[in-house]
Amino acid sequence: MEGTPKNRIMDADGIRRAISRISHEILEKNQGTKDLVLIGIRTRGVPLAERIKERIAEFEGVSIPLGLLDITLYRDDLSTIDIQPVLHETKVPFSLDGKIVILVDDVLFTGRTVRAALDALLDLGRPSKIQLAVLVDRGHRELPIRADYVGKNVPTSSREIVSVCLEETDGSEEVFLQEKK
Amino acid sequence: MNWKHKDLLDLDILTAEEIKHILKTAAPMKEILARPNKKLPTLRGKSVVMLFYENSTRTRTSFETAAKILGADTSNIAVAQSSVSKGETLLDTAKTLQAMKVDLVVIRHGSSGVAGFLADELSAGVINGGDGQHAHPTQALLDFFTMQERLGELQGKKIVIVGDVLHSRVVRSNVLGLKKLGAEVVLVGPPTLLPSEMNYLGVKTSYDLDKELPGADAVMALRLQLERQQSGLFPSIREYSRLYGLSLERLKQTGKDTIIMHPGPMNRGVEITSDLADSVQSVIEEQVTNGVAVRMALIYLLIGGTGSVVD
Repeated sequence: MEGTPKNRIMDADGIRRAISRISHEILEKNQGTKDLVLIGIRTRGVPLAERIKERIAEFEGVSIPLGLLDITLYRDDLSTIDIQPVLHETKVPFSLDGKIVILVDDVLFTGRTVRAALDALLDLGRPSKIQLAVLVDRGHRELPIRADYVGKNVPTSSREIVSVCLEETDGSEEVFLQEKK
Repeated sequence: MNWKHKDLLDLDILTAEEIKHILKTAAPMKEILARPNKKLPTLRGKSVVMLFYENSTRTRTSFETAAKILGADTSNIAVAQSSVSKGETLLDTAKTLQAMKVDLVVIRHGSSGVAGFLADELSAGVINGGDGQHAHPTQALLDFFTMQERLGELQGKKIVIVGDVLHSRVVRSNVLGLKKLGAEVVLVGPPTLLPSEMNYLGVKTSYDLDKELPGADAVMALRLQLERQQSGLFPSIREYSRLYGLSLERLKQTGKDTIIMHPGPMNRGVEITSDLADSVQSVIEEQVTNGVAVRMALIYLLIGGTGSVVD
């Protein structure tokens, strides 16, 4: 934890409902699963994308392809930070050409992670569309990027931190708003 | 793990954890090598200079490819056509590179210790691309990466290295790293190319290849430097090949699906037979691919941040 827990803005039920709603919205907007693929941005975008994949399989009986994207090598702040982030593997074992890519992340903040993810995706192929799904949109964008699917909009101050905890990565299910130390 | 080294001169100063961190970083780099579009913006604006005093197309191209994929600008200093041939000292070359604000220098030199000298003089990072009979750390790291891919964790694995151990910088770096990773290493060669002093490396040495092969998980043949054949270190190439050459038939003695490695370039029919070099047990081509991935990882670790690291 980077700061002091302030208040819980989503619990396990809230996260589950948000994922279900996003999954329905994806199906509705794209009129089914044709050409759909999911790409989770490491780290927490991956379990979220897996859950959306499960929900869509439940609703439609179709298993859509899922890829994992590490955006470290596309960060635009690498030359300004002292300690470079640890790399993880990007695994997209299918073609993105002509696909509708649903990019999934936990928190949408400045938009720089999504920008890097778009660069990384376009190096992998030429999707027909890219849509963005996030669990939390906390505002403070520095780039003209918006999400197509949002679990919860959370107005925040720049002094606050949004912490998403998921069972797979953190051992608990909740979203906290914290004050920076 | 936070990377804290400015240079990579040899593997002696790295911990097992740091070696594993390099190998872990190389895995996503290898994924990039398989892409149709291999160009990344990661090190845009950074400059990498290849300073090769010894010929080595393979190592130089590998480093250059690695740096270019990561988006860095690369330059080659062809020593024969540079001011070095007019008498410029290494110190002056270092000062010139310093003045050009390069971010990373990859050096290969025939004298041991030159990479260390350059690292002391430069604020830029220095990677030792092979210096004299001292060290060749990136070759060792790519060997470990290849072994790990095929064999899993190297702890407890038996690695046999056979050939001209005396003159090999590859062996020294390999032994230093393999010991840290917990592998069992056996060095094999004729007595003139494997003096008993090699025991200082803390590994088993042997003159009998057939005796050491049973149980080996990996066997690495070293290039026999044919030019040294003239100096009488072994009676004949034919005899060397019979006693220390690797073949499919001889490899059966390991009793395992042993992998075969070679740092290249190979003398086919001398230290390794063609059928073995091209067999499914051979990972020699894989070593070349992995060399680019490992060098990408190192370049990323050394100059991926602001460079305000301490060695």
